[in-house]
Amino acid sequence: MTASDARFPKDAPVRGPRALIFETGSPESRCVEAPVLDVPEISLDEALAGGVRTQPPALPHVTEVEIARHYHHLATMNFGVDSGPYPLGSCTMKYNPRLNEDVCRLEGFAGLHPYQPLETIQGGLGLMVGLADTLAEITGLPGVTLQPAAGAHGEFTAMMMFRAYHTAMGDPRKRVVIPDAAHGTNPASVHMAGYEVTTIASDANGAVDLEALKAALDTDVAALMLTNPNTLGLFDPNIVAITEAVHAVGALAYCDGANMNAIMGKTRPGDMGFDAMHINLHKTFSTPHGGGGPGAGPVCVTAALAPFLPGPLPVRLDDGTYGLGWTDRSIGRVRSSFGNFGVFVRAYAYVLALGGDGLRAASEQAVLSANYMKEKLKGTYPLPYDRPCMHEFVLSGSRLRKEHGVHTLDVAKRLLDYGIHPPTIYFPLIVDESIMFEPTETESLEDIDRMIEVMLTIAAEAASDPDLLHGAPYSTPVRRLDEARAVKQPDLRWRPSSAE
Amino acid sequence: MRFSPVSCEHRETMLRAVGVTDIDELFESVPAAVRLGRPLDLPDGLSEMEAVSSLRALADANTPAARLVSFAGAGCYDHYIPSIVDHVVRRPEFFTAYTPYQPEVSQGTLQNIYEFQTMICELTGMDVANASMYDGATAFVEAALMASRITRRHKVVVMGSAHPEWRVVLRTYAASGNIEVVTCPVEDGVVSPATAALLVDDSTAALLVSSPNFVGHLEDLAALGEVAQAAGALFVVSVNPILSGVLEPPSSFGADIVVGEGQPLGNPMSLGGPGLGFFACRQAHLRQLPGRIVGRTVDVDGRGAFVLTMQTREQHIRREKATSNICSNHALNALAAAVYLSAVGAAGLESVGRACVAKAHYLREALLATGKFDAPYSAAFANEFALRYKGDPAVMHAEMVRRGFLAGVDLGAIDPGMDGLVLFAVTEKRTRAEMDSLAKEVASL
Repeated sequence: MTASDARFPKDAPVRGPRALIFETGSPESRCVEAPVLDVPEISLDEALAGGVRTQPPALPHVTEVEIARHYHHLATMNFGVDSGPYPLGSCTMKYNPRLNEDVCRLEGFAGLHPYQPLETIQGGLGLMVGLADTLAEITGLPGVTLQPAAGAHGEFTAMMMFRAYHTAMGDPRKRVVIPDAAHGTNPASVHMAGYEVTTIASDANGAVDLEALKAALDTDVAALMLTNPNTLGLFDPNIVAITEAVHAVGALAYCDGANMNAIMGKTRPGDMGFDAMHINLHKTFSTPHGGGGPGAGPVCVTAALAPFLPGPLPVRLDDGTYGLGWTDRSIGRVRSSFGNFGVFVRAYAYVLALGGDGLRAASEQAVLSANYMKEKLKGTYPLPYDRPCMHEFVLSGSRLRKEHGVHTLDVAKRLLDYGIHPPTIYFPLIVDESIMFEPTETESLEDIDRMIEVMLTIAAEAASDPDLLHGAPYSTPVRRLDEARAVKQPDLRWRPSSAE
Repeated sequence: MRFSPVSCEHRETMLRAVGVTDIDELFESVPAAVRLGRPLDLPDGLSEMEAVSSLRALADANTPAARLVSFAGAGCYDHYIPSIVDHVVRRPEFFTAYTPYQPEVSQGTLQNIYEFQTMICELTGMDVANASMYDGATAFVEAALMASRITRRHKVVVMGSAHPEWRVVLRTYAASGNIEVVTCPVEDGVVSPATAALLVDDSTAALLVSSPNFVGHLEDLAALGEVAQAAGALFVVSVNPILSGVLEPPSSFGADIVVGEGQPLGNPMSLGGPGLGFFACRQAHLRQLPGRIVGRTVDVDGRGAFVLTMQTREQHIRREKATSNICSNHALNALAAAVYLSAVGAAGLESVGRACVAKAHYLREALLATGKFDAPYSAAFANEFALRYKGDPAVMHAEMVRRGFLAGVDLGAIDPGMDGLVLFAVTEKRTRAEMDSLAKEVASL
């Protein structure tokens, strides 16, 4: 349908964009009224030494019902995990249990101030210690900071710890080696930490090319940054040889933990020889992605690196109470307070609910579901690296492009018409027209079968009517966007002058 | 509990289809030497009811500020949150969605970010804003890094009156060697523009200031802005957005970048996170702005629509040359902030600001009248002020908690240089009766 389709009146519900909230309501509209001031009014000019605002900000003027309807409409234009299958590779879009959402809002958690006396936040400190201990057991890395706010923030934190470690050893280093299949944040985080990036190519099996790695390693190298299972969804069988080679030149091995959902209770990065890793609580531990955050990216490290952890660290004291401590060589802080505590509460609820066996079972099911999908799709969509996968796998859309002129982007957009969120596309960069599926353990067999069926249908559509795919999607609130125009004519905010 | 909907029967179906009999066959690429080979040493799983009671027990082991009569601030504030805010935030279409990479099914998130960007521009007086940062501290640091990129200069001068935690974060990032940090000393609770001028030179990328500063005072932004401008350095100002209805925006003083902690806008304290950082700048610096940005464009049918834009700055494309590594941000907290600002509007925001200022001034007089405090500073303040307690603040705090009050923040616990000082913040939630009884209780100690 199009905007001019007579079957859909201009104001038909849940179709297309809505007026901005600034263009809603009338100047006298109010939602919440301020209570009566119960202390004497004072002169703002005197109190604020003259720095008083004269021109009020142009904020919305709306009543509560207008707010409710505005955001209801916005919500209906969104697709979340509750809306349908969300097999977005590398992002672990598992179901977000409602238990988590309720407990993080308990007043005893949400109502805590970060500078309360420690005696009054014993439960909060205990929760953080419990979560840190849990992550240490799952990763095999005993030192834990919960402070980083996201995965990339965790990567940066670890790189700064590596820098401090090598400096303390009297052996400062310059470079970090990263495989070409890495997440884009890896090189960016390394650069922010003041290191140069050396990229190495993957081998024919999509794994680290051990010879290329050894050639890149020397005593200027601070670290290898590796995602394992990697971004093709493959576990690197040479992982022990890899971390040994890294250690042989005095460098450290960092694991990007984005793919932890494949291996909980099966194998541990610490046992593989990694010195540090981050965990995305908003992937593996079921906390919601929130349309882009907040997440949390705790970092787990070996005992040798623990003295460099950022502080303060919640600790269990000898008398059974909880306090805060700083390590003697701490890099400092990477953000204010303790981290995203509200996210920790959710993650801890998940851990308590599943238990050790439940976490392992979640990883096993995630891996089984991915392999099932892979087997059913690989006959239609080429699978460049055909091995048992972990929790995700990467197909190629190259055949559809060559035979029908249909790109991976077209396939992704067509999936929207079937009510399925597209997989990750065009990543990793080493696969042509890549399509990365991660079904997670919380998709049912029915939904997985439906995703498979739809992918096969779309392949058939590509053959019979490629233009159908070129024009997709058709059923979404808006259709393909003019992204070039957004860049060339930046419109990044509403302006009061444009109101009339 | 288990959250996987795959039944045992379906699991068998899947195993058969994959051609294995045991799930462990799928893990054969994991070398035997590094297979765990034992159960995780973690407790057994709980039913939902048991999990709730375990967590409730932890929550009950706390005495939350929200249940006390709280005067704690120092960067995290107990403002009133209108009911509508959490009802919007709890919509699963918002909180269970990923970053809006598929704009056709993400218009809700995208339009909200566009509206949020507009609101931040309106509060700060700046031209453009991003979709949010992790918190105020990281926004402050990103501003320093951005200024360094723009000016191609290495040194940043930070006012010693800015939040001590933020300054530690700045120093932590600076260990990368990408920037060098010089701190301007504090005199009588504020910085002197003349002293700052001695530290700012033609190698300075940015002058970074918070106003109100950590102890609540308003800095001389006009004079500091001139110091920065005279040296060709960027002027970076951090503000408390809850005061944006009453305080002149930093744009009036020549700010190039304005940042801050957005928690006071509709977000619970939650032990200091998650809140959100906000980040705004002048149009000229748009291409160096870190983080995500949403723009308005049209779809193929000509309908107005929103999309992530200016992505050539980001790590997906530039990788090691990206302007920032920020990927996840705090979109859901930005949603709470936008709903909050819609709910209060400009008039409500001004009322909140007026109430905080009037009540803070009332409380300061009341506390000084007890004879238990000295006034260490005389500079102008807004919603927060520091007093010197004539005793041990830790002892006073512990006793006041027993009496139902969170009597400010003990600054000596944060910075030994501020030993004996107590920082009091007053939000619109505090009543005259509560302030009178705080003064009465402290007087009786």
